Amino acid sequence: MPRDRSTPSHRGDISRRTVLQGAVAVGVLTHGQAVSSATVAAEQGEASKPMAPYIGSATSRVDGRDKVTGGAKYAGEFNAPGLVHASVIGSAIAKGRIARIDVSEAISVGGVVAVLTHENRPPMADDDKAYKDAVAPDQGSPFRPLYDDRIRFSGQPIALVLAENSETARFAASLVHVEYEPEKHVTDLYSKLNDVVSLKAPAKPRGDTASALASSPVRHHGEYYVPIEHHNPMEPYASTVIWEGGGKITIYDKTQGVQNVHGYVCNVFNLKPEDVRVMSPFVGGAFGSGLRPQYQVVLAVLAARALERSVRVVLTRQQMYSLGYRPAMIQRIDLGAETDGTLNAISHDATTVTSQYENFHRNETTWSGLLYKSANAKYAHNLVRLDLSTSCDMRAPSATTGVYALEAAMDELAVALKLDPLEFRLKCYSERDQSSGLPFSSKNLRECYRQGAEAFGWDKRSPEPRAMRDGRELVGWGMATGIWEALQVPIAVRIALTANGHAEVSCATSDIGTGTYTIMAQVAADMLGLPLDGVDIRLGDSTLPQSPVEGGSWIAASVSNGIVTTSRAVLKELLRLAKEMPNSPLATAAPEEVVLSGGMIVSRRDAARAVSIADAMQHDGVDRIVREETTRFARDSSHAHNTHSAIFAEVKVDEQLNVVRVTRVVSAVAAGRILNAKTAHSQVMGSVVWGIGMALHEETLIDHAFGRIMNANIAEYHVPVNADVQDIKVIFVDEKDEIVNPLGVKGLGEIGIVGVAAAIANAIYHATGKRVRALPITLDKLY
Amino acid sequence: MAQPNAAAQSSIGSPSKISVELIINGVETKLDVAPWTTLLDALREHLDLTGTKKGCDHGQCGACTVLVDGRRINSCLTLAVMKDGARVTMIEGLATDGVLHPMQQAFIDHDAFQCGYCTPGQICSAVGLIAEGKAKTAEEIREMMSGNICRCAAYPNIVSAIQQVMGAS
Repeated sequence: MPRDRSTPSHRGDISRRTVLQGAVAVGVLTHGQAVSSATVAAEQGEASKPMAPYIGSATSRVDGRDKVTGGAKYAGEFNAPGLVHASVIGSAIAKGRIARIDVSEAISVGGVVAVLTHENRPPMADDDKAYKDAVAPDQGSPFRPLYDDRIRFSGQPIALVLAENSETARFAASLVHVEYEPEKHVTDLYSKLNDVVSLKAPAKPRGDTASALASSPVRHHGEYYVPIEHHNPMEPYASTVIWEGGGKITIYDKTQGVQNVHGYVCNVFNLKPEDVRVMSPFVGGAFGSGLRPQYQVVLAVLAARALERSVRVVLTRQQMYSLGYRPAMIQRIDLGAETDGTLNAISHDATTVTSQYENFHRNETTWSGLLYKSANAKYAHNLVRLDLSTSCDMRAPSATTGVYALEAAMDELAVALKLDPLEFRLKCYSERDQSSGLPFSSKNLRECYRQGAEAFGWDKRSPEPRAMRDGRELVGWGMATGIWEALQVPIAVRIALTANGHAEVSCATSDIGTGTYTIMAQVAADMLGLPLDGVDIRLGDSTLPQSPVEGGSWIAASVSNGIVTTSRAVLKELLRLAKEMPNSPLATAAPEEVVLSGGMIVSRRDAARAVSIADAMQHDGVDRIVREETTRFARDSSHAHNTHSAIFAEVKVDEQLNVVRVTRVVSAVAAGRILNAKTAHSQVMGSVVWGIGMALHEETLIDHAFGRIMNANIAEYHVPVNADVQDIKVIFVDEKDEIVNPLGVKGLGEIGIVGVAAAIANAIYHATGKRVRALPITLDKLY
Repeated sequence: MAQPNAAAQSSIGSPSKISVELIINGVETKLDVAPWTTLLDALREHLDLTGTKKGCDHGQCGACTVLVDGRRINSCLTLAVMKDGARVTMIEGLATDGVLHPMQQAFIDHDAFQCGYCTPGQICSAVGLIAEGKAKTAEEIREMMSGNICRCAAYPNIVSAIQQVMGAS
């Protein structure tokens, strides 16, 4: 797979950069912004001959060694003396109540310690407020595991078997006998379209969409379906509770937010904050499923409290289908245009699924209103309540689905207009957020279109469907646009710098595989003028400085700028110490006039004026400087902040068998400053594969007679495997953003998936002439 | 309320344990396991060697891949008692004296993982793949590595890493 990407040895990288990189990045920041390393080198002059900074480089993951040697420990892998193992029993019905649970046979198995049910569990809170975690939906009553006899969804945990080893717990679980009083359930979205909850329109409508549609000479109406999808991170949900004694517990939990879980556990069990510590040093993927605390953490804490012992609860792959999911949805889109391709009107309706007890939804429809130039736009969003667990965020929630429908519809309108799909989008290109009317802090989507099209060879496309083939396969080329928000959240970072040139940087954020450890180390090394291996990163611990959950692509921007803030506080203190030295060459220097580089505090004006960090600290008898700062991002109400992408996809479809292969994808992304060329590439590449899964494979299937998921495993719920993935090219177009935040970082976790399914669906139409509006596009739908 | 059921009289006994000897990462290891204990659980829970991962426990994801007598297998589909006397090599046994196995280094170089949970299985599978000597092209590597799911989808980078090691050997 040819790709422009340097893959130097990790260690070589470090030693090569150790010497001289420090001053560079601080210079970059103080100057303003996203300057390429070449420019930086020129600005710094010959005096220091700076190497490229770590920021932006293709640095290998700092936690890579732990992950390739088996040294990285995940939530279900921590141990304690006398650890009790658990097996969760899920409800066999979708709605009703538990009439009776007979645990006598299970209890009689040698090695079984206890069976917990709603009848004998330790006390837990009885008010909704206690169960509302930091990212719970505003409306509703969150699910309470083992709380009472009510069954709200199939697979709901109803008992926990605790034993001295996992095999015994699992065997005994098969001996728990449950009698239910079932009630009539509904799990089919289509059967409840007359019984919906209408939500307030997420954005203000503009113009008169109905009239504009009616008077448009070219119109398109389409209904698009996206099924329930499950995240399926490779690591099963797990919690290990260590019973520390004295009422204290340490919880190793699989989560995207240790402090969210910490607050939730304290509330649910009425515990003092100092008695609970939540850790997640490594998280084996989450993709949104770990934003809210999951039920296994409640079960594990209940059991630990009941037994006053350490307990581990690990869910099976099947049980992970009783957690949250991307909601199934029906979207209706109406577009109206002039014959020259001027877009007149957009109408976007979405009907999405939630549980009976919480109103989870995101805003699928708003993306349509902001992306393209159109004088008229209106939106509607309905919720359907089903007897399922509550739906939740899954990679680029709302955009992945909303933009899929929009971009499929745009392709259909381009066909009706007899316009090239790319040309049509350029015709509708907007320099402003169409909903708010605000200009973007940066938007280089035009360059995404240009570079993506060029890399793909889009100009060689024959416009007619079924016009291109390769042997017995039809070839189709499709494209789409992607958009996401550039979000940032308040975050605190602590830096402890020791006189021997070592820094410990800590924040309670997570690394769910995104590379947070690595980008934090890169930014800190550049800011503090240290080699990469002089920086240790601590995260995934609720006792560390405050961080929100890792989600929405906001952590990279937030924590990197947080490190900048705290580094400046460290620098200020170092300068104060340096000034106290006799005949200090920095006696008159202001903090903004110095940088940290190669273990020195150096004047930006005159590199000869410098004081060694070690000397400055030793002179004042200081071993360690510790600073903790909270970074709050200024509210910028005069700009819209978004990332963008252009996706070009090639499919080959077997004409006899209808087997679809995605043979090439080019994804060109504009997301501000890229912190790490290597991990950023991986994130977008992985997202593109998620788009392939969404387009062709992924669908959670429910047997509505039982209200139960039929393919609750990773063999029958299809996710892409290695053989499904061929040539993926990722391009990051240059995008300087001097407004969004000091580093100009806009986040990458979501943007890579948005639009991919539409590009593939559009390519399949181009290959076959058949428009499939219900995902996934399996071969039966192409007959 | 709040009282777990008192420990009852045990009437259903646990299966009796069988003594097996495995050569784990080159070290002869004796252990007593019940017949129902999988090789995966023997490693992770009885020996606390958690480098080998459990992703599905059904042979569907490949996270539990280990090398038994040089062949890659799903350790979740293998009972420990079936492997008495076998040489079992897992991720913890690939590096020698702190020097990474070329496949481990290639995975780092090519960023062939993100969250890292499938990685031990991918690496063991890749080592087994090369030993089999069947895969030559990228397409063949993709096909023969398709028993190892990576939800972060580092697949192209996994192929590049394997090609790097193949090229060097």
